[in-house]
Amino acid sequence: MSISWPTDALTHAKRRSFQRPDWLAPPAWRNAASGLGGLLALLALWWIGTDVLASSDGFIRHFSPTAAIPKLIALLSGPDLPVHILVSLRRVLVGLGLALAVGVPLGLAVGRFQRLNAATSPAFQFLRMISPLSWMPIAVMVFGVGDDPIYFMLAFAAVWPIVLNTAEGVRRLQPAWLSLASSLAATRWETLRHVILPGVLGHVLTGLRLAIGIVWIVLVPCEMLGVSAGLGYFILDTRDRLAYSELMATVLMIGLLGFLLDAGARALYRMATRNA
Amino acid sequence: MTEPASRLSPVLQASQVALRYPGQSRAVIAGFDFALNAGETVSLLGASGVGKSSLLRVLAGLQAPTEGAVTMNGAPLDGVHPRVAVAFQDPSLLPWLTLEKNVAFGLDFKHQPKLARAESAARVEMAIREVGLTQARRKFPTELSGGMAQRTALARCFARKPEILLLDEPFGALDEVTRAEMQHLLLKLVRDFRTAAVLITHDIDEALKVSDRVLLLGGAPASVIGEWRIDLPKPREDLIAELGAIRVEILSTLRAAAPRRAA
Repeated sequence: MSISWPTDALTHAKRRSFQRPDWLAPPAWRNAASGLGGLLALLALWWIGTDVLASSDGFIRHFSPTAAIPKLIALLSGPDLPVHILVSLRRVLVGLGLALAVGVPLGLAVGRFQRLNAATSPAFQFLRMISPLSWMPIAVMVFGVGDDPIYFMLAFAAVWPIVLNTAEGVRRLQPAWLSLASSLAATRWETLRHVILPGVLGHVLTGLRLAIGIVWIVLVPCEMLGVSAGLGYFILDTRDRLAYSELMATVLMIGLLGFLLDAGARALYRMATRNA
Repeated sequence: MTEPASRLSPVLQASQVALRYPGQSRAVIAGFDFALNAGETVSLLGASGVGKSSLLRVLAGLQAPTEGAVTMNGAPLDGVHPRVAVAFQDPSLLPWLTLEKNVAFGLDFKHQPKLARAESAARVEMAIREVGLTQARRKFPTELSGGMAQRTALARCFARKPEILLLDEPFGALDEVTRAEMQHLLLKLVRDFRTAAVLITHDIDEALKVSDRVLLLGGAPASVIGEWRIDLPKPREDLIAELGAIRVEILSTLRAAAPRRAA
């Protein structure tokens, strides 16, 4: 028997956050099968529209999967496409790297200091809504022709989800973790290194995943302007050469790489948060 | 026979401590006097909202008092001391670290005493063994029950071999059975490590079971309104009758101190 004041019943009733019981979640294989079915249906629609329904000598047949898929395989074993892919991926990595280098510290500061958050929030919302492509002429004037303006535009597009998610992560850090750090006489650096950074990692990775989605979409139009390599450049190149099945193969490749990048980001997120 | 010196001079002392939060006219705590002797376990008992946790933060050096002073072994306590360990009601385990890493957390911080790697590993292993979680040492916090999580938090405190342990309702969120187990474990650890402990609690029986002295906090601003010394052997599960009289006294002191409510 123990005597407690009735108001404390509330603290006794405190529970960990609700988790969906396993039996409510659909089995993983069923989800995977549904997803695969959807992809196959998409492929079937594409094939019916450009092959089955198209006249046998029609222009649209250049875009059918029966033309594009073999062409993609041929292109991948050729000298050009792998180079364009690597150039594009390098730009994505540099852009994301710059966005992380700027976005994470900025997000930590914004999440930590309420005044800074209030001061920057409208400005960030304003800047975020400007299409990165509209900076193109200015970026070229400032950084010259070549990779640099592309890096700038990609980083500019990617930085906002990283800043906003990192700041949200800081706000959601459990006060108990910070009390623990101060009770252990942790220095500022130790608190940052051992509590704050691991504590916001999940949010940073969510931001990174959103950023990857944006960067991949912005990349292709960026590469259509003033550069001589990359997937965006290659799309225009195939158009100019009237190589329409190559064009379609490149479109397919862009979708495929984007899908893989997103899957990679998701896997990274799962790996980092598996114990949280 | 004279008592050893450590018995005479308190390890932790608070004199005329008052605490007022900025922007608030009324103090939370006023005129709080307190002395903790080496190896002694003292409970600070009080109703919710009386300012117990604020008081613990002051004793831990996490918060400076508005008035008065806290000294540890005679020296003023300005900030957190490496030989003071704090256990909160929330076990505060870091979800990305295994149980073992959680226990080791902070041992290598700059302001903690320098330990060789082997010594640090040995301490972690010893502390986990003391709380009986050796089997679970590679588990993550989400895989632990509430009792196991709180054991881990205690192991984290004792891995530092603290001179003083401060506990802020550490068992408040646990069920009755687990709670009794944890009280037992606490008694064992405090004895084995010869640690002086301050236990913040709102549970009269918990205070009676584990402490050598019970200080009752009450009033607004809060101060000590009653003190009882309990010289009974521990554990005290079978001493309900002996403890009953003290419990009645505590309850009547509380009732007398409570502000009269309009009928």
